[in-house]
Amino acid sequence: MKGKTLFDKIWDSHVVKSIPNGPDVLFVDRHYIHEVTSPQAFEGLRERGISVFNPKRVLATPDHNIPTKNQHLPIKEELSRLQVEKLEKNCAENDIQIFGLNTPNSGIVHVVGPELGLTQPGMTIVCGDSHTSTHGAFGSIAFGIGTSEVEMALATQCILQPKAKRMLIKIDGELGSVVTSKDIILYIISKMTTGGGTGYFIEFAGSAIRSMTMEARMTVCNMSIEMGARGGMIAPDQTTFDYIKGRKHAPTGENWERAVDYWKSLCTDDDAEFDKEFHFDANDIEPMITYGTNPGMGEKLSGSIPVLDSIDTASQTSFSKSLNYMGFNPGDKLEGKQIDYVFVGSCTNGRIEDLRSFANAIKGHKKADGVVAWIVPGSKLVEKQAIEEGIKDTLEEAGFELRQPGCSACLAMNEDKIPAGKYSVSTSNRNFEGRQGPGARTMLASPLTAAAAAITGKLTDPRKV
Amino acid sequence: MSIDKFTTLTTTMIPLPIENVDTDQIIPARFLKATTKEGFGDNLFADWRYDKAGNPKKDFVLNNPNYSGDVLVAGKNFGSGSSREHAAWAVAGYGLKAVVSSYFADIFKNNSLNNGVLPVQVSDEFLKKIFSAIEKDAKTQIEINLENQTVTLLSTGEKESFEINGYKKNCMLNGFDDIDYLLNIKEEITEFEKKVPTFSAL
Ligand code: SF4
Repeated sequence: MKGKTLFDKIWDSHVVKSIPNGPDVLFVDRHYIHEVTSPQAFEGLRERGISVFNPKRVLATPDHNIPTKNQHLPIKEELSRLQVEKLEKNCAENDIQIFGLNTPNSGIVHVVGPELGLTQPGMTIVCGDSHTSTHGAFGSIAFGIGTSEVEMALATQCILQPKAKRMLIKIDGELGSVVTSKDIILYIISKMTTGGGTGYFIEFAGSAIRSMTMEARMTVCNMSIEMGARGGMIAPDQTTFDYIKGRKHAPTGENWERAVDYWKSLCTDDDAEFDKEFHFDANDIEPMITYGTNPGMGEKLSGSIPVLDSIDTASQTSFSKSLNYMGFNPGDKLEGKQIDYVFVGSCTNGRIEDLRSFANAIKGHKKADGVVAWIVPGSKLVEKQAIEEGIKDTLEEAGFELRQPGCSACLAMNEDKIPAGKYSVSTSNRNFEGRQGPGARTMLASPLTAAAAAITGKLTDPRKV
Repeated sequence: MSIDKFTTLTTTMIPLPIENVDTDQIIPARFLKATTKEGFGDNLFADWRYDKAGNPKKDFVLNNPNYSGDVLVAGKNFGSGSSREHAAWAVAGYGLKAVVSSYFADIFKNNSLNNGVLPVQVSDEFLKKIFSAIEKDAKTQIEINLENQTVTLLSTGEKESFEINGYKKNCMLNGFDDIDYLLNIKEEITEFEKKVPTFSAL
């Protein structure tokens, strides 16, 4: 018999049963919920007259709608407030633990789960949010679901899913000094395109991945969904165990020993096969920036926007439409383009290491006049740490301000909207039309590239600051 | 709860020959503040469909009286991006019964099936043929037969088959719902839960 991949091992151990000619019934270890994609699911349970299968496996935190200033005050925007209140009420009625707005463990759901030790290797994890793929960095099967599936998971702790195909993406080699995990994943998506991973679960491997911290790995897995993949994952290793150990909900004592023994078995066997394999060389990767309206439209910051001839004929209309929206021309040089806003935050790059690297990069410089910058921690714990480490002071000395945690301008459901026509360098994960506010023009980049842009007011290679 | 049954559909089509239409375009985030599933159809493709003042933009296909029908035909990779089921509610709420494209994002595919909207994946060539048939005649019709898993351009008789897994097909044909299925095996799930490795309790 052939060996198994990491994905197979976890998947197979969670299949309650397989429906012939249909999907598998997959048991869910952890179910994270937030205010936007859950109210209709709870309503569905009420209509069916059933209760939550096991409230102990569900955790809630409001993040998408919340303001990033004055969180101690009631939310001004009425619909947002109602959604957040509804989440509180649904959790209270169903005995679900919630990290409420402005409480010490609250924040973006994909930042909170890992930092509290709730996300662990070998688990199946779902959330009504596509960036659930973030948790795959711990060697778990984690993926986003729709609201019908949220209802399904609440009602039965299972979801019906066809098993995805397996893809291996191996990145070997050494990364340059200013090249971050964000650049790696933007580079990979630019090569794979936004549909290149559809139908697959990706395992990321190789020496470049192994040398990454957990936070950097989370950035990679977070954006695996941007190439259409069901999710991404990385086999757990000592880096993973060290990160989890001692966190609030991590196993302790004898359970810790048992857990680590089990986690060590979670790797792809040498003779296992993938349906597709790709190899990338880390030495080829430079700081990246996106110039279009999907995350696959990325380029080296030192390069130029592709010319029309280099684009597939079938895709040329979409390409032109996209550049038109961005106010760019084919062939434009990227470096030197003026920018208006900088957003540092989100479940992609809103963790402490991201704030740290941004703060180190701006130290001794000043924010460019005319640039508006929003620095938004991913969680309350990140905010606290940023204050304790002096990151907040560094930011303020350079003319920046640390806001309160939440999704913020990543999807602009709260007040943090980039005005129409303005250019934003953003450390988030999506540059879709209107994502950061109607008419907003988003360019995705790493915190280091965002720092360089914030200091100079234009796209600047971080090596030159 | 149940979804509408889907058997055979014969209809004119609404063409949207744009690739990588993401769920942020299908339903922009600012419309996600509702706590019910109602009313999303009015905001389907809101930013392409209405100008800033909320007036219909003449050049967008949904505002073009020449095109109508129960099926949206869209460019490759439809529904990428966010997992928001609101996108499927918007498509269903607008009255669409199926979306035809040469590629669908996974989560959107599941979400639309869960709301009685059939994602029909055809080849790039067949998609091209459909678009040019509509270009020639806005009233040209398509037939989608779920039982036989075929899609036919009625003007030329050209036909292609499409994939759907047997379980989902059965659900769509009969209007069944996944949750009913899972509730029926609740005891099996309870037994299964006792066996899954757990190292820290909440
Ligand atoms: S930060 Fe952005 S991508 Fe992440 S969960 Fe929030 S809205 Fe989604």
